[in-house]
Amino acid sequence: MISARGWVHFSITWHLRPRLPSASPFLCSASPCSHDSRIPTPVIQPSAAPSSPLHISTLTLDLHPPFLHPQQPHKMSTLRHVLRPVPRLRPTTVAAARLTPSISARRNYTEFTPSPIFALTETEELLKESVARFANDAILPKVREMDEAEQMDKGIVSQLFEQGLMGVEIPEKYGGSEMNFGACIVAIEELARVDPSVSVLVDVHNTLVNTVFKTYGSEALKSKYLPRLATESVGSFCLSEPASGSDAFALKTRATKSQSGGSYTISGQKMWITNAAEADIFIVFANLAPERGYKGISAFVLEKGMPGFSIAKKEKKLGIRASSTCMLTFDDVEVPAENLIGKEGEGYKYAISILNEGRIGIAAQMTGLALGAFETAIKYVWNERRQFGQLVGDFQGMQFQIAQARTEIEAARALLYNAVRTKETGGVRAGEGFVREAAMAKLYASQVAGKVSGLAIEWQGGMGFVREGLSEKFWRDSKIGAIYEGTSNIQLQTIAKLLQQEYKK
Amino acid sequence: MSALRILVPIKRVLDYAIKPRIAASGKAIDLTGQKMSLNPFDELSIEASVRLREEHKTRIEDILAFSAGPQKSQDALRTAMAMGADRGLLVDTATTELEPLAVAKILKRVVEKEKSNLVILGKQSIDDDAGQTGQMLAGLLGWGQATQAADIKLEGDTVTVVKEVDGGTETVKGKLPMVVTTDLRLNEPRYASLPNIMKAKKKKLEQIPLKDYGEGLEGRLEVLQLVEPPPRQGGGKVADVSGMISKLKELGAL
Repeated sequence: MISARGWVHFSITWHLRPRLPSASPFLCSASPCSHDSRIPTPVIQPSAAPSSPLHISTLTLDLHPPFLHPQQPHKMSTLRHVLRPVPRLRPTTVAAARLTPSISARRNYTEFTPSPIFALTETEELLKESVARFANDAILPKVREMDEAEQMDKGIVSQLFEQGLMGVEIPEKYGGSEMNFGACIVAIEELARVDPSVSVLVDVHNTLVNTVFKTYGSEALKSKYLPRLATESVGSFCLSEPASGSDAFALKTRATKSQSGGSYTISGQKMWITNAAEADIFIVFANLAPERGYKGISAFVLEKGMPGFSIAKKEKKLGIRASSTCMLTFDDVEVPAENLIGKEGEGYKYAISILNEGRIGIAAQMTGLALGAFETAIKYVWNERRQFGQLVGDFQGMQFQIAQARTEIEAARALLYNAVRTKETGGVRAGEGFVREAAMAKLYASQVAGKVSGLAIEWQGGMGFVREGLSEKFWRDSKIGAIYEGTSNIQLQTIAKLLQQEYKK
Repeated sequence: MSALRILVPIKRVLDYAIKPRIAASGKAIDLTGQKMSLNPFDELSIEASVRLREEHKTRIEDILAFSAGPQKSQDALRTAMAMGADRGLLVDTATTELEPLAVAKILKRVVEKEKSNLVILGKQSIDDDAGQTGQMLAGLLGWGQATQAADIKLEGDTVTVVKEVDGGTETVKGKLPMVVTTDLRLNEPRYASLPNIMKAKKKKLEQIPLKDYGEGLEGRLEVLQLVEPPPRQGGGKVADVSGMISKLKELGAL
C-alpha cells in the first residue's frame, strides 16, 4: 500500500510461526514469514580491502544510500516492521495504550499496541516456569560438584534433551519445538540463574550450532543433523584458534578440496572451543583459499571420531568450569563434500551473522547470572544475617547498593529483551538488523554481571567468599562474559562504528 | 473392561513458595500481584493420569483437565495440558468464590456430561486446605472414593489404592467409576518439557460461563475473620525426663 507521499508502509501481523530461513544470508534480522519480497535487504559488507585480513572490528553496514529498490528507485522503502510478538499483556495498564501517529511526524508508523519490554508470550511464560523448576530441582543440587570436578554431569545433558531445551528453534519435522528466539533466550536466562555453565552449553548449541544448520545447511544436512541435535547430540562451534580470536578471519586452519571434488581435507587447530568434550557434531571454519584472504573461509560439519580429528587439551578455567573448553586438532581430516555448509568461501558471512545472535544468548546468560547472584545474596541479607541487632539488609547503605544493583540488572535485561524482540520482528530502524542492540546488550550485561556478582559476595561477607554457596562461583563465572563471543572492546568498537555510520555526514 | 475417561479438576492457587499476607479487610488473603500456580496436589493428579496412560495406553480414552475459576485459571489449565492432559475445560466464575460443595455440584454435572468414570483430584487445595471436594463429589455421585492416595493400581475395572492414614497406610479396592484424591507420596510430577508445551498449544480449551451450571451454587459460609497464627514462642530445654515432667506440671499440662 503506497500513500500519496510515496512512502511504502505495511501492517503485518506477527504470529508465532517458524522463522523461515531468510532469503539472503546477509540478513541479520529475522524476516517474519509473511513479508513483501520486493523489499531489498541490507547488504553487510566487510569494509576491509579483499587482500587484508578482515578485522571484525571494522565491520560496517554498507547500506546503499539511499535505501533504494533496484527496480523502483524512486520509492523510499523505509521498512517499518511494526511487528511485535503479541505478548500476553499484563492486565493492568498496558492494554489501553495506543501509539498515535503524532508521536513521530517524520515516519508513518502503523498503529500497534506497545507493551512492557519484559512481556512474554504465553508459551514463553510456561517455558520460563518449567525451566526454572527444572533448574532448581535437577541442576541446583549438582552445581557445586560439577564446578569442583570441572565436569558437566551427563545426566543433566540428557535431561536437557528430554526437556526439549536443545532443539528450541528446530522445526518440528526435525524433532524440535519450532519455537521463537525469545523462548530460547528465556530458557538460557533461567538456566543461568542456577548454573551459567549449563546455560552456555544450551546457548552455544541452540543459537550457534542449530541456527547455522537451520539457516545455511542444505536439506540433506538438515535432515541428517538437526534431528540428532534436537534429541541426543551436543553441538560445538569451532572458529577461534591459538593465533586468531577477535581477529577471527585470520584463521589458519586449512581446507583442501580433493582432486575428485568428493571430499575436503582439513588441517589445523582450534582453541577455546566450548562444549567440545560433550559434543558429537562440530561446525568447523577452515580456509579453502588463503590467497583470497577471508573470502576463502568455509564452514564444514565434522563428527567426533572422524580419523585425524582429536580433542586435545581441556582448559582449566577461572569460571564456567563445568563447561568444557578444549583445543581441537585436525590432522588431515577427510570430510565428505556434502558436509560443506552453504557455499565455499561464504563461511565468514555465516560466522558474522550467527555470532550476532549468539551475542544475545550470552547477554541472556549474563543477566541470568546477575539475577541468580543477586537473589542468592539478598535472601541472605534480608532473612538470615543479623548484626548489631538487625538484619544487615536493613542498613540504609546496603539498601542503596541493593537498589542500584537491581536497577542495573533491569537495565541490562531491557537491552537484552529489546535485542531479542528487534531480532524477532525485523527492527525499528529501517531494517538495519539488530547488530547494535545485540552488541549493547552483551556489553552491558557482562559488565552488570561482574559488578553485581562481586557486590553479592560482599553483601554476604565471609559466607559469600567460601566455596559452599554459589556466590563466589557466580563472580568467577561472570568474567567470561566480557571475553567470549566478542570481547567487550570489540562490542564497543562495533557500536561506535554503527553510530558513526548514522551520524557522520 | 471399560475405556477410561479421566476427569482431573485443578485449581489455581497462591504459589506455595509465597508467604501469604492477609488483606486489609481481614477476611481474605491478599492476592494482588502475587504469583499464582497450579495447586501442587493437582499436579500429582495430572501426573497420576498421565502415568495411567503410559501404563494402559489406549485404554485411557481421555484426560480432561477442569477448573472452576477466573479467566486466569487458563494458565493452570495450560500447564495441565502441557503436562499431558488432552483437553481443558474452564467454568468461568469471574469474581465469585465457590465453596467446595458448589464445586462438587459443578463437577457432578461435568462428570455426567463428559461421561467420566474416574475422577482424580488433589486431596486439598493449599489455599483453603478444605479437603472436601473429592469426598463430596463421591457422595453426590454415589461412587466409591479412595482419598489420600499414595499409590494407584488399575486392573481391569478394579482400582486398588494405598491410602495414607494417620496410623500408616490402608489399602482399599474399588470398582470403576471411582473418585480418588492424591497425596504427596503418590508420584513426582514431571516438568512441562518444551515439546509438550508446544503440543499443548494445539489442545482445546473450552470455556463455559458459570450461569450455565445454574442453581444450588450459593455459598453457605461467611468468613468472619482471618488472622495469622500467633508467633511461635521460644521453647525451653530440660535436663532429663524428671525435668520434663516437672516442667509440664508447672505449665498445667499434667
